[in-house]
Amino acid sequence: MTKTKPPVLDIRNLRVEYPLATGDVLVAVKDIDLVIQPGEIHALVGESGAGKTTVGNALMGLLQAPGKIVSGSIDIAGKPIDLRTGRTEGIVPGRDVGAIFQDPMTSLNPLFTVQDQLCEGMLTHLKISAREARARALDLMKAVGIPEPERRLGSYPHQLSGGQRQRVVIATALACDPQLIVADEPTTALDVSVQAQILKLIRDLADQRGVGVLLVTHNMGVVAEIADRVTIMQNGAVVESGPAREVLTAPKAPYARTLIAAVPPIDTRLERLPVPSEETKVTLEARDAVRRNNKKGNAERSDEVVLDVRNLCVEYGKGSLIPGRKTSVFKAVKSVSFNVKRGEIFGLVGESGCGKTTVANTIAGLVTQSSGDIDFQGNSLGGHRARSVRQSLQMVFQDPYSALNPRLRINNAIAEPILFYKLASNGAEARQDAKTLLEAVGLPGDAGLRFAHAFSGGQRQRIAIARALGPRPSMLICDEPTSALDVSVQAQLLNLLKDLRDLAGLSMLFISHDLAVIRQMCDRIAVMKSGEIVELADTETLFTAPKHDYTRELLRLAPSLERILERERASA
Amino acid sequence: MAMARQSLLHRLPPVSVMIAFLILAVMLVLVIFAPMIAPMDPRDVSSYSLMDMEIPPAFMDGGDPRFLLGTDNQGRDLVSVILFGLRISVLIGIGAVLFAAALGVMLGLVAGYFGGVVDSVVMRIADVLVSFPTILVALLISGIARAQLGTDMVLTWAPVILIFAISVNEWVQYARTVRASTMVEVSRDYVRAAKVIGLPSGRIMVRHILPNVMSSVMVIATINLAGAILTEATLSFLGAGMPPTYPSLGTLIRIGNQFLFSGLWWIAVMPAAVLVILVLAVNVVGDYLRDRFNPKLMAR
Repeated sequence: MTKTKPPVLDIRNLRVEYPLATGDVLVAVKDIDLVIQPGEIHALVGESGAGKTTVGNALMGLLQAPGKIVSGSIDIAGKPIDLRTGRTEGIVPGRDVGAIFQDPMTSLNPLFTVQDQLCEGMLTHLKISAREARARALDLMKAVGIPEPERRLGSYPHQLSGGQRQRVVIATALACDPQLIVADEPTTALDVSVQAQILKLIRDLADQRGVGVLLVTHNMGVVAEIADRVTIMQNGAVVESGPAREVLTAPKAPYARTLIAAVPPIDTRLERLPVPSEETKVTLEARDAVRRNNKKGNAERSDEVVLDVRNLCVEYGKGSLIPGRKTSVFKAVKSVSFNVKRGEIFGLVGESGCGKTTVANTIAGLVTQSSGDIDFQGNSLGGHRARSVRQSLQMVFQDPYSALNPRLRINNAIAEPILFYKLASNGAEARQDAKTLLEAVGLPGDAGLRFAHAFSGGQRQRIAIARALGPRPSMLICDEPTSALDVSVQAQLLNLLKDLRDLAGLSMLFISHDLAVIRQMCDRIAVMKSGEIVELADTETLFTAPKHDYTRELLRLAPSLERILERERASA
Repeated sequence: MAMARQSLLHRLPPVSVMIAFLILAVMLVLVIFAPMIAPMDPRDVSSYSLMDMEIPPAFMDGGDPRFLLGTDNQGRDLVSVILFGLRISVLIGIGAVLFAAALGVMLGLVAGYFGGVVDSVVMRIADVLVSFPTILVALLISGIARAQLGTDMVLTWAPVILIFAISVNEWVQYARTVRASTMVEVSRDYVRAAKVIGLPSGRIMVRHILPNVMSSVMVIATINLAGAILTEATLSFLGAGMPPTYPSLGTLIRIGNQFLFSGLWWIAVMPAAVLVILVLAVNVVGDYLRDRFNPKLMAR
């Protein structure tokens, strides 16, 4: 923490380029400056493709060929990096620079015990004995707060939970007392409760050990929670940089303002998220057409119950040697009851593994319940479903990259269900409908002539929505539809889903782990925990006066910009 | 990774592969137009004469310019016999591969898509089948066919019997590969979306999954083509394949084998050389395709 120490990271005019096969050059990082003092957490924020991960890779010497540093300088702890080799004299990646990656599931070697994992770096870099290394490993395990550290040293990664694994990754990064840690989306794959613990751990490490942290993230809440300074990047260039409070509360650059405005607030409900409107003349006309088509089956919002789920139980069993018989049984959903009214958006929220996706899959017919009833518009849903039921119940999935068949042209993919349900008399007519649907979800009508790989994640999710609307459903199940997307794209999609609900009279079952998104979207919410609904209430009631302890816990832990500012105002 | 993929896709294949492609193209033309190119029809007894028997190739002493590669013990022109033999070998090879691939892809799709009991049954049958050596099963089948159909019928149906005998074991490899890729695709959201849309299983399998698992099938098919041609040659060499009146390359080698040590080496060596060149060319092309369509290089 002394002023005499050089900054742990000093990047000047860094430019990273990727030569393309066409002969052009892609500039991934455009002349950026970035300084991190000891004990400082510097957040690097931006949407996918902004170049933030490239910066992290460049300073660790992990740039993938053909990417190369073209100009600029990187000083780590006062020592300059050799731009040709990507290495710094006297600085060893792994010893002086620690890395924490996004996915704790893959950043540990599954064949190494925790101890092997921790000691490997120490034995290579520090020239200490195996006994000393083990002692240090034990200290590290205690430092990152893993329960029963002695026993856990002998565990393999698969025996640890996601949060524990990420702690081990952090311990590995700390093993050789680095001066700088590069944390690339360290909590993105984790639940909020675990995320809160990991963030606190990183903050403590910076404060107590004086480690500088470069925190690469897309989550503004995380930034607000722990970062001292923040740099916002767009298309490889720095848009704005400064102390976290200042940038987050009063962003100056227009892009920074849009980006921060696109973050859904958890404390207030907005009619629409403030992102540029996409309602062109074409979109509006297309939406009118969709509205006319859907008029037949779907009435306005009312108190009529469309979907009634009673005592739903779903069990998964491991198959035994004899086919058809199950041995050990896991109860994914335990006696869940709720209903969805016409035109309502009903939210299911909970941490990973709580059974919310299983509920969605059961209603969609991908999984069959072991007991309980699902009533949908007067039809009881079980293993076999009538054609009309299948048609009126459609689903949008989480991963836009696997949701579209890579070998099918988009208009054929959208036209398929339209033709299948005989909503168009021939292929040409169905493709015309597909074009209208594409325009209604804000894509150009000729997008249908291309294949899925030509589109970005957000565009693919729009296509998936268009496909789900094709059979003119009365209910749409959305399973984490925006969790794989950037905030500004997420904001647009959430607005789009709201618009579609209004114009097509859709009821929606909306599933998310993100409380802020749920608050923006849903009329009523059920909170799930280990297969059960612990609380079910109106959105406003749930957020302002939560009754169950678990709900309160979730709300408290969700990183939120406004909450932190409020806390600060209160203490000041 | 990106670099490697770029260059692999844009670079021309290596010279050896180009030569192999060329050889295959020439052989294909020869095979298709064999009746027009061949100087005589080996199946037409009137077109050759015992007077011409055992003439050495044209480039040797005592050679006859009419018979470029010499004649066999019945006076048949070796060029013609080899052309027609090649034709039968290639036909049976391709037929066996197509039949095995069709059967394997179908069963693999069904097993991977439905899983559970269907999967267990199909894959256990496959396991049992591959535990028998291919040649043994093929010998068994052609033996049974001979006993059941009688000699005349066998002569007409020999190619079909061979195709069946060879593919009985070969389909397992396709089924296993397709089953594995199908299981991956089934868990993807586009297949789940198709299920939610309500499309029937058959349509999901054929329209959505099949095109996404075909690239590995194509590669296996190319590599197996060489194997199938060799298996056919082996069977014919052992006398369980094509009859001498309607010879394939394997049959020709068997006939020639009887004269190998009496100085008439060309009767065996000429068809053998053609067989070696054919199999080598197919293998080189197959290996190239396998590398080119390697899923690890294709990913991302």
